[in-house]
Amino acid sequence: MAVIETKNVHKTYNHAVVPVHAVVGVDLKIEKGEFTAIVGPSGSGKTTLLNMIGGLDKPTEGSVMVNNVDISSLSRNELIDFRLEHIGFVFQAYNLIPVLTARENVEFVMLLQKQSKEDRDSRVTALLEEVGLSDKTDKRPSELSGGQQQRVAVARALASKPDFVLADEPTANLDSKSAENLLDMMARLNQDEQMTFIFSTHDQRVIDKAKRVITLVDGRIDSDIVKE
Amino acid sequence: MFFKLAWRNIWRSKRRTVITMSSIVFAVLLSVLMFSVKNGLLNKMEQNIVGYYTGYIQVHQKGYWDEKILDNTFDSSEELEDQLLANAGVKAAVPRLESFALAASDEKSKGVAVIGIDPEGEHLATQLKDKLVDGIYLTATSNGAMLTTGVAEYLDLGLGDTLVLLGQGYRGATAVGKYVVQGMIEFASPDLNSTMVYLPLTQSQELYVASDKLTSLVLLVDNPSGAHALAEELRSDIVGDKYEIMSWQELLPDIHQFIEAEKAENIIFQVILYVLIAFGIFGTILMMTLERQYEFGVLVAIGMRRAKLSTVVVMENVMISMLGVVIGMLISIPIVGYFYNFPIRVSGKLQEAYENFGFEPVFYFSIEPIVFYSQTIVVLVISLILSIYPMFKIGFLDPIKAMRA
Ligand SMILES: Nc1ncnc2c1ncn2[C@@H]1O[C@H](COP(=O)(O)OP(=O)(O)OP(=O)(O)O)[C@@H](O)[C@H]1O
Ligand SMILES: [Mg+2]
Repeated sequence: MAVIETKNVHKTYNHAVVPVHAVVGVDLKIEKGEFTAIVGPSGSGKTTLLNMIGGLDKPTEGSVMVNNVDISSLSRNELIDFRLEHIGFVFQAYNLIPVLTARENVEFVMLLQKQSKEDRDSRVTALLEEVGLSDKTDKRPSELSGGQQQRVAVARALASKPDFVLADEPTANLDSKSAENLLDMMARLNQDEQMTFIFSTHDQRVIDKAKRVITLVDGRIDSDIVKE
Repeated sequence: MFFKLAWRNIWRSKRRTVITMSSIVFAVLLSVLMFSVKNGLLNKMEQNIVGYYTGYIQVHQKGYWDEKILDNTFDSSEELEDQLLANAGVKAAVPRLESFALAASDEKSKGVAVIGIDPEGEHLATQLKDKLVDGIYLTATSNGAMLTTGVAEYLDLGLGDTLVLLGQGYRGATAVGKYVVQGMIEFASPDLNSTMVYLPLTQSQELYVASDKLTSLVLLVDNPSGAHALAEELRSDIVGDKYEIMSWQELLPDIHQFIEAEKAENIIFQVILYVLIAFGIFGTILMMTLERQYEFGVLVAIGMRRAKLSTVVVMENVMISMLGVVIGMLISIPIVGYFYNFPIRVSGKLQEAYENFGFEPVFYFSIEPIVFYSQTIVVLVISLILSIYPMFKIGFLDPIKAMRA
């Protein structure tokens, strides 16, 4: 069973003079454990597609199934709860709550899930260790480098035990060294924990780390290559 | 954690929070002081006149209050007293015979109010004994008089001197009497202090040729602030229309209205003050909300319900406001407490002006709880009303749009 399945997904923005067809008829299946990059030129519809998969945006046409649930049928609050339980998010930047420490930021989603204190403590400790920040647990985001902040964001995305993690250009604001480190870390989590990652990127070195590369051009899937 | 989050959020922009809080502290302080001194003054005025002279409820022969003449007196009646005392709110009914007379010493004369009292009862009702500054308090059988110091000064009379009273008695009889001054009374109210002469009840009845007659019963009540309702109750208890039962609000409508109007003015002042402060608070809330759109977007995106996010933000607003109130209180309580114990006595022109208006020239401060808790309620309500804006913003938040900005 696919974790994500989109059927003939379209997204058209009508509020400009000319309608913008950001995503045009995308059919896509993503299986558990994939490590997939969505690539393509600027304006090709990567962000729009990821937002629809993440339940942040609704398709103009077609459907998005996550774990066989048609997420466009969910109400506003159901959708928020669905995201909390099933999807981990890493954004381009400023993912973290500035007044909370690294540890508290990771713990935050588990609190929203109403998990017990013991569960939270042990998982947060384990996750921060996994992303290599055991020594930075009590630092606030402003005291961390961009790369470290993104690692905390990945740890937070994993904390809720989601079905998959969506990351829209997670390395865009990082230098190439940090970008590579972040990707290596994500790849390891994918390997060790079978966590599904879908990320978009412009960076060739990041693309090289992906196991599957889907290329969008003008909102359509131009190529879909699964590497060995 | 949500509480912790709110708490840390309010310190994100320390300067802004401190400025907002200071404005609230300032408003609370100003408001408490104003409220306290004004209520203190008005309560004191009420107490000086009502508590120390009129009493909270009086019973007369019907028509007496409109036409205060001795012909409108009634015979003292145990039956009436029993009926009044049957109400649990009435502690005592104290008899008086009040009229006017010309008071004269060797050199001078002056119009005065002559009050025939049951000395012990009167003390119960109006604490008269506490106002004695010199000499000996009257007893039921003494045949001397007590003067207020204003009268004594004017007539140049001292203890042991003789006072002559001249007037008209019951049914046109001539009232003449000579009394030895045995006590001096001092009232805070300048009006009262310059007009009163006290005699024992029997002496005054003799003077006015009105044996066994009373002008009024002054009721000692359990709860002065409920006097108006109690008077209402007594009116329906006492059958017949021989008597009139009046609360102090009816006895002294001018003073009552003056006090009410002053209190209303006080509230208007506070409303204006707090509306000004509210603009400041709103500015802060506006900035806090707009600056954090991106963050709100992230939070809703990762799965925080809007209602929960709103709760945190409202909590922040309430915290800032309540901190302001608490600090304002902490500063104002000792100040008000100090001035409550050591009222400010004014002198010079201001003193004259106050005395001309019949006020005691002293700034009394009130420590009634309402002075303090009204501030808390007002500030809380303001911050809740202003919280509608961020709640609204969050309610319509679209995470994608919020994060694009
Ligand atoms: N809210 C919107 N209103 C109108 N047009 C939009 C909106 N969001 C995106 N678009 C348009 O849709 C198209 C796809 O945009 P999208 O952001 O998905 O591209 P992208 O592949 O993520 O680009 P980039 O690599 O620059 O991030 C673009 O032409 C963009 O201008
Ligand atoms: Mg994009």
